[in-house]
Amino acid sequence: MWQKLYSELEDQDFTVITVAMESRGMKSAGGPIRKSKAGHPSLIDEDHLVADLYNMTNVPQAVWIDEEGRIVRPVEVPGAAMSFNLGKLRKTRAIYIDAIRDWAKKGSDSEYAYSPDEARARLPEFTDDIALAHANFHLGRHLWVHGNRDEGMRFMRTATELNPDSWNFFRQMKNLQNILGSGGPEFMGRVRRSRKAGKEYYPLPDMASMDEVS
Amino acid sequence: MGTQTLHVLSAGQQLTTAPLPNHPSDELWLDSKNLERATGWQLKPEGLCRDDACMSISPADRERLVDGDAVCASGLWEKLERPVLSDANHSTWILGEAAADRSRGLESLEAPDFTLPDIEGKLHSLSDYRGKKVFLATWASW
Repeated sequence: MWQKLYSELEDQDFTVITVAMESRGMKSAGGPIRKSKAGHPSLIDEDHLVADLYNMTNVPQAVWIDEEGRIVRPVEVPGAAMSFNLGKLRKTRAIYIDAIRDWAKKGSDSEYAYSPDEARARLPEFTDDIALAHANFHLGRHLWVHGNRDEGMRFMRTATELNPDSWNFFRQMKNLQNILGSGGPEFMGRVRRSRKAGKEYYPLPDMASMDEVS
Repeated sequence: MGTQTLHVLSAGQQLTTAPLPNHPSDELWLDSKNLERATGWQLKPEGLCRDDACMSISPADRERLVDGDAVCASGLWEKLERPVLSDANHSTWILGEAAADRSRGLESLEAPDFTLPDIEGKLHSLSDYRGKKVFLATWASW
C-alpha cells in the first residue's frame, strides 16, 4: 500500500515501516508482503504488540515518528480506507499522502507535524480496561497457537469485551476461528451498534481540507 | 499434579522456565534473573524498578512476596494493580503492563521501541531507524 510513497521519499531520510497485525503470522502476511515487493521493512506482529504500545484499535492506522524517535502524529487512520464512495476514498487518501510528502520535505516546519502539546492532546486515553484487554488477547493468542484453542478463544473474547472499540481484537479473533470469518454478521452488527453510538469505523484524520471532501 | 514448564509472557517477551519448588502452583514465583528477563523489572532496596521508575514495596509486602532470590511476580503484579493472568493449569502466565505506564510512555512522546521479524525472519527494531522519519502503518489480511 505504501511502496510507491516509500520509493518516492526514501532518499529524504524517510522510511515506511509496515506492521502486519497477523496472529497467523507468515501464513497470512507472507504472501501479501512478497507480492508487494516492498523495499521498506514489512514486519509481522503476531501478538499485536504495536497495537498495545501505540494504543491502536484498527487497521490500517498510522503514527508519524521523527528522526529523534519522537511521535509527531499519534495514532490515526491514514486517510479514509473504507467508504462506499470510492471518489471520497481516493481524495482523502491523496490529501493524506500529500501531507506525508510535506512532512518528509519540511520536517517539524510542516503544518502537518504536531507540536508536542498538540500531539499529546491527540493521544487516545489508555484505560485500565484497555491494558487488561491486551493482556487477555496476548495470553489467548499464545494458548490458541499452542493447541489450547478453547481456552485461548475465551481470553480473546474477554479482550473484545474489555476493549469493545478494538476492531483488531474482534476481527483477529474471528479470523482465528475461521480464516474467512472476520467480516460476517457478528461484525456487521458490531459496526451498526458502534455507528449508533456515534463512533466511526474509520474516523478521518485531523487534517486541513479532509472534512471538505465529499 | 505439578507442571513441568512455565511460560511467562509479557509485552515483547517470552520466557520458558522450570517452576521454582516449594511455592503454590497458583502463584507465579520467579528468581530475580528471570523476573528481569521476562519483564525488565528488578527488585531493588528502593522497590520494583525498571529504567528510571521505581514502585515502592512495603516491608510487609516484601515479607510476603520475596523468598530469598525468588519473587512472587503474580502477587507483586496484583499489588501494583497490573494485569496478571494465567491459564487454568497455571502453566502459562502473562505479566501485563499497567495503563499508567503505557500512558506515561506515550505522553513523553518517545515512540515506544519494538522488535519484530520480517518475512525472512530477520529482526528489526524501530530504534534501528533513528535518523530517519518513520511512517509507521499497520495492516492485516483480515
